[in-house]
Amino acid sequence: MTAVMERAAPEAARSARSFWTLRRRDQLTAYVFITPALLGAAAFVFLPLVLVVWYSLHEWNVLADTFDFVGADNYQRLLDDPNMPSVLRATAFFSVGLVVFNLALALLLAVLLNQKLRGTTFFRVLFFSPVVVSLLAWTIVWGFLLRDNGILSFGPNWLRSGSTALVSVVVVQVFKNVGLNMVLFLAALQGVPQELYEAARTDGAGPWTIFRRITLPLISPTILLTSIITVVGSLQVFAQISVLTQGGPGTSTTVLVYYLYQQAFQFHAFGYGATLSVLLFLIVLALTVLQWQMRKRWVFHEH
Amino acid sequence: MRKTASIAATLTLLGALTACGGGEAEADGPITLRMTTWSANPAHVELFNSIAAGYKQTHPDVTVSFEALPLENYTTTVTTQIAGGKAPDMAWILEGAAPDFVTSGALTPLDDTIENTADLATTATALWKQDGKLMAYPFSTSPFGVFVNTDLLKKAGQTLPTGAEWTWDNAVAVASATAAKTGKQGLVVRDFDYKEWTNLATVFRGWSAEAWTADGKTCGFDQQPMVDAMTFLHQATFTKKALPAPGVSADFFAGESAMTIAQISRASLLKEGGFGWALVPLPAGPAGDYSVIGQGGLGVLKKGKHAAAAQDFVKFFTSPANSEKLAQFFPPPRRSQLNAATLAKANPLLKPAQLQDVVIDGIENGVVKPSHTGSAEINQAVRSALDPLWKPGADVATVLKGVCTSISPLLAK
Repeated sequence: MTAVMERAAPEAARSARSFWTLRRRDQLTAYVFITPALLGAAAFVFLPLVLVVWYSLHEWNVLADTFDFVGADNYQRLLDDPNMPSVLRATAFFSVGLVVFNLALALLLAVLLNQKLRGTTFFRVLFFSPVVVSLLAWTIVWGFLLRDNGILSFGPNWLRSGSTALVSVVVVQVFKNVGLNMVLFLAALQGVPQELYEAARTDGAGPWTIFRRITLPLISPTILLTSIITVVGSLQVFAQISVLTQGGPGTSTTVLVYYLYQQAFQFHAFGYGATLSVLLFLIVLALTVLQWQMRKRWVFHEH
Repeated sequence: MRKTASIAATLTLLGALTACGGGEAEADGPITLRMTTWSANPAHVELFNSIAAGYKQTHPDVTVSFEALPLENYTTTVTTQIAGGKAPDMAWILEGAAPDFVTSGALTPLDDTIENTADLATTATALWKQDGKLMAYPFSTSPFGVFVNTDLLKKAGQTLPTGAEWTWDNAVAVASATAAKTGKQGLVVRDFDYKEWTNLATVFRGWSAEAWTADGKTCGFDQQPMVDAMTFLHQATFTKKALPAPGVSADFFAGESAMTIAQISRASLLKEGGFGWALVPLPAGPAGDYSVIGQGGLGVLKKGKHAAAAQDFVKFFTSPANSEKLAQFFPPPRRSQLNAATLAKANPLLKPAQLQDVVIDGIENGVVKPSHTGSAEINQAVRSALDPLWKPGADVATVLKGVCTSISPLLAK
């Protein structure tokens, strides 16, 4: 009896030792190190996400202090909402317009400011400076400029006409952020090896061919990065709409985030607002996954 | 040793923090009551602070802070605070949001709080009652009048029509001529800016038009009086250029327009030694004389931390003595104070005749600006359906029919 116990004890010790292999210890250490970050993400990212889904299944009246489970009612309302087509149209127009205009202008500025000329530093600073200006201050000043008796009052009534209001908001937003993409493109352009250009010129390639066949493919990772950032940013546009147009005229500038804000905070429909933010989350997720998949097709070093 | 000391220090600090948190909920410790308002006007704030200081003399433990929120997002900000568990103890409530607040059960009844409720004018309290109980105190019942920049009129060679000549047609003619001659704007409907359409009630009431019927169920925009009123307004804006066009900013009190429709509490924006001015009632419309009032209510929120203490402060704030002080900016609902003598004492800027014509008569005959349950959503729907109207050559009747199409489902809710 005692002999058995004596033999069992060292065996247990040995199995414990074999469980705490070097590999397992390393893993444990790693997990301990990332725990604070994981807890932060859980508290500030995953928990709100779960709560939003939870709220979207409820009807929450803040004033009456009621919080009733309604199941999928809010999602049914989303499908039946007569405003949804115009909201999604405005959102898509805004995002596409912003991405195309922003990336094209940023690339153009980057190529121009990549020349070895005097004064390029001045212009780099000039075009980048709006990025560090407060978004609200920038937007409010533009609001004054675009008023009908403002400095830019030639031409149409920019913010009050259904056909120009959304375009105006896009332009204000592009000028605000184009500098950031410009700097990213500049860095990418300067990373393109000079010998490739020299080789191409030796082979008799013109400037356009060099740009299309060498520059563009080599900076494609940066194009992917900037387009993801810009698309995600464009879907979350709020302050500009709130300051410049409040979603009008009509509903021509009511993009998804602004509609969400109206429903939740102005009309006190927090449950439906949460449902709209679930929709926004899914759209951003889908677009990001799509762009990530597309990198295989057109980003050069990602095979 | 050092480690132990630092742990001990941290624990003490944590203990102190939690003690603070707990202490705030107790009734008998020092407390701070928070009242949200939409006025950051220094003259108003000074008056509120002096009333709060007076209260502190008898209630040394109670500090009252006034939080001025921007008017455009006022109701939104307050409801967001409530949703976030940070409800103010007391809140001003705009007349447009009154039905939502009064019917929701968010407020505590004030019948036993307000002194001498029998003195309150019934027209003033109508909007703030639920099942016969007073849910908020209408601290401001403020008629709209027309402020006139007499210097600008003189410069343009215009005279202000008086008596039976003070009609909408003549008002627009003078505004139009003054705008054309001085290069300034004519008549500004203050805070309208082609968004806050409820302020247009100060115009369309002159045609006896109404946004919806008194029971709130039927849309009134497609009715003839409204079509006539909006046609007039459209012509005045786009043909006669008497009102600033959409997207044009003009502040009367900065001398940028000949006239403005505003509440008398705005008189405090007139600077001494500024331009010459007059205050007159709203012009007569085709339907005759009329008057429109804007109201502000003061309510105690059930979800505030110190509802009982807040009620006690509201009692003090609205007492006859303080009501007389507030009358300087906010016409009181107390009938005993609605006379030219009392109001003149509080409003040195205004002449007794102006007070009688605009304020006292205005409150007696006035109709409150449009309000409805779910007003934020209805107002938004009206605003966006009205947008096609604000350009030259708009088809007024068709646009107004569109307004009814878009709000009728909301009115029926």
